[in-house]
Amino acid sequence: MSRRAKTAIYGVLCLLALPFLFPTWWMVTSSVKPINDIFAFPPSLLPSEFSFDAYRKAFELQPFAQQYFNSMYIAVLVTVGTLAVSAMAGYAFARIRFPGANVLFVVILTGLLIPSEVTIVPLFKMFDAWGMVDTHWPLILVPILGAPSVLATFIMRQFFLALPGELEEAARVDGLGRFAIFRLIALPLARPALGAVAIFTFLHSWNLYLEPIVFLSSSEMFTLPQALTQFVDAYGGPMWDIQLSAASMTALPVLVVFVIAQRQFIEGLAHTGLKG
Amino acid sequence: MSTRFWTGSRRDAAAGYLFIAPQLIGSVLFVFVPLGLVFWYSLHEWNVLADTFTFTGAENYQALLDDPKLADALVATGFFSAGLVVLNLSLALLLAVLLNQRLRGTVFFRTVFFSPVVVSLVAWTIVWGFLLQDNGGVNGLLDLFGVDGPNWLRGETTAMIAVIVVQVVKNVGLNMVLFLAALQGVPGNLYEAATVDGASRTRQFRSITVPMISPTILLTSIITVVGSLQVFAQIAVLTQGGPGTSTTVLVYYLYQQAFQFHHFGYGATLSVLLFAIVLLLTLVQWRMRRKWVFHES
Repeated sequence: MSRRAKTAIYGVLCLLALPFLFPTWWMVTSSVKPINDIFAFPPSLLPSEFSFDAYRKAFELQPFAQQYFNSMYIAVLVTVGTLAVSAMAGYAFARIRFPGANVLFVVILTGLLIPSEVTIVPLFKMFDAWGMVDTHWPLILVPILGAPSVLATFIMRQFFLALPGELEEAARVDGLGRFAIFRLIALPLARPALGAVAIFTFLHSWNLYLEPIVFLSSSEMFTLPQALTQFVDAYGGPMWDIQLSAASMTALPVLVVFVIAQRQFIEGLAHTGLKG
Repeated sequence: MSTRFWTGSRRDAAAGYLFIAPQLIGSVLFVFVPLGLVFWYSLHEWNVLADTFTFTGAENYQALLDDPKLADALVATGFFSAGLVVLNLSLALLLAVLLNQRLRGTVFFRTVFFSPVVVSLVAWTIVWGFLLQDNGGVNGLLDLFGVDGPNWLRGETTAMIAVIVVQVVKNVGLNMVLFLAALQGVPGNLYEAATVDGASRTRQFRSITVPMISPTILLTSIITVVGSLQVFAQIAVLTQGGPGTSTTVLVYYLYQQAFQFHHFGYGATLSVLLFAIVLLLTLVQWRMRRKWVFHES
C-alpha cells in the first residue's frame, strides 16, 4: 500500500476515533474540575486544579456505596446463574439425544423474538402479586431464567456442537455418567464460550435501566444506572458535577478491566458462536 | 436385562430433560406466560385506583387506531430505527474494512472503537447529555472551527440526530468486531484472482467481499433492528421523548402509558403492537436471506 493511502487511512481513523474517546475523557476530566470550570465556555480540555468535592457529595446525597454494591452483586449473581443455566441447556441440546429435543429448542429460541420490553407490564403485575416489587428478585430471576439467557443458551449450544466428541465418548466407555462428563470434560473445554457469555451477561445486567425504574422505588434498593439519574436539583435539573463523578465511578472500573483484557473481550465475542 | 427400565439411553434422556429444565421452566414462567398475559390484558380496562379489571374486547385496539400520539410514536420509531440501522451497519463495515488493512496500530484503534460498548449505558448517555448542551463540549469543539452549533437536544430534528448518533457510537463496536471476523474469513486468493482479472477495488468489494460476508450482514442487521426497537434509557435520559413528541419512540410511549399514567390495559396493547413489529421485521429479513445471502448452508 502506498504511503499516501496509509496516511489517509490513519487520518480517517483518528477523526472517527474522536466521538469514541472524547466523551469518556470529558466525563473523567470534568468530574475532577472545580464546579466553575465545568461550565466554562469555551471548555478547557484539562482541569486547572483538582477537586474531589463532587465525589464526596455523591456519597452524601444518596446511599451510593449501597447502590454500587447492589449493581455489583446483582450482576455477579446473574452472570453465575446464566452461565449455569445456559451451559447445561446448551450442552443438552448439542450432545444428549432425548425425545422432543428439537421442538423444545425451537420453542425456547422463540424467546429471542420476545424482548423484555414486550412483557414488562405482566412481569410487573406478576412480581407485584408475589410481593417482590421493590426487591431485587425481578432483576435477578428474569435475566437468569427468561429471555436474556436464551441467547446464552444458543451460543453455548453452537459451541458444544463444534466441539469434537471423542473425549466424551471415551469417558462414557469408561463408565462416567452424564453429569460427570459435563462437569469434568465438557465444561473445562468450554472456557472461551463461557468467557464470552459471562462478559455480555455482566454488561447486560450492569446496564439494565427500564427494569430497575419499573420495579424499584426506594433509593437504598436502586442500582447504579438508576441512581445516576437521581442526582438532580430541586427543579429536576441535573447536578452535572455529581452526575459526572458518579458516572465516572460507574464506568471506569469496567473500562479498566476491558483495556487490560481487551483481546479476550473482543476476540471472545467475535469468535464464539455469535457468528451463527 | 431387556426388562430393565433404566437403560443407558433412557437414563441419558432423563439427564437431557434435567439439564434443560431450568431454562424451559424459566422460559414458560418469564417469557410465555407474560406473553399470553399481554394479550389477555390488552382486552381489558385496568383501573388501578378503583381496582377494577373489566373485559372490553377490542376497545383498546380501537383506541390504538384513534390515538394521534401513537402515530407520532411510530413515526419517531421509524426514523430512529432506520437512521440507527443504516448508520450503524455502514459505519461498522467501514471501520472493519479500515482495520482489516493490516496496518500498525490496528489493535489500538479496535480497542478505541469497541470501548463504548463496555461503558455503562446511562453513564455514557449522561456524558453526551452534558456534551450536547447549548454551551457544552460539542459546541465548544465546533466553536474552535468557527461553527456556531445548535442547541442539539432542543430542536426536533437535531434531537433525533443526537439520540441516533449517541446510540451508534455506543454500540457500533460490536458489529464492527463481527464484520472484522467475517472479513478475515474471506479467502485471500479470491482477491488475487480478481486482481489478475483486472477488477477494481470497488468492484472487488461489491462482488467478493459483500457476498462472502452476507451471512454476517444478515445476522448483524437482525440484531441491530431488534435492538433499535428496544431503545429506552437513551431517550429517557437525553430527551424524555421531547422536544414535543419528536423522540417518543414506541417503548418510551409504552412506558409512559403503563407506568406513568397507569393505563396498564392500553400499555399491554402497545406491547402487543411492539411484539408484532419485532416479529414482522425479523420474518421479512429472514425471508430476504434467500435473495441475497450467499452460500446459505
